[in-house]
Amino acid sequence: MKSRRRDAIDGALALLSVLLVVQMWLLTAALEADLAGHHEAALPGAVLSGLLFAACVALGLLAERVHARHD
Amino acid sequence: MREPAWRTDFPVATGDERMVTRRQFSRFLLLTSLGMFVGNLWILVRSRFRRSAAYPELRVARVADVPVQGVKLFHYPGPDDPCLLIRTAEDTFVAYGQKCTHLSCAVLPKVAEGKLHCPCHEGWFAIDDGRVLQGPPPRPLPRVVLERRGEELFAVRIEGA
Repeated sequence: MKSRRRDAIDGALALLSVLLVVQMWLLTAALEADLAGHHEAALPGAVLSGLLFAACVALGLLAERVHARHD
Repeated sequence: MREPAWRTDFPVATGDERMVTRRQFSRFLLLTSLGMFVGNLWILVRSRFRRSAAYPELRVARVADVPVQGVKLFHYPGPDDPCLLIRTAEDTFVAYGQKCTHLSCAVLPKVAEGKLHCPCHEGWFAIDDGRVLQGPPPRPLPRVVLERRGEELFAVRIEGA
């Protein structure tokens, strides 16, 4: 049971890392588009980044909950 | 040998103290994610409240000064902004900022080939509109908007800067 919990936490952390990489790419792409004069890309970039952040928070809370049970 | 009392009171090994726990790591990831989100918000705010820059007018050249396929170097809008004026045809003039959008090397006109070349990392731009044809530059060259008034050419603003 302990090992399954740890696997769940590790999975959540791995997914969090992947989402973070996507968010980093999104930030650089939005900045690049803005500097190129495509200001219309800023809004969808911010919305998508907010959604990714929300997903990260959800995964973080999940990991925290599993941690709490583990403790 | 008996353990010292402090070790019983604070039973943490030095190795464990330096170890990053999963909980700390997930918090670090969340904080970084928040940072990325704030960065995107900053770009959004910046793009919404961007004021259009006021550019000065600058007399660049007389039409007769630049032959067909000829090039003239000038500085616009400031003295540290080198630009290229290129006469591609009898009545066609184009002007671009000379700094490559990759790492700001000076681009060189290859008028006969219809291209601008950045020799630092083999970047190529189209002479017609400054778009990237090849290489690492991420954006087109900033285009200097020209106005012809009689026999004189004036730079009035920059697009894509």
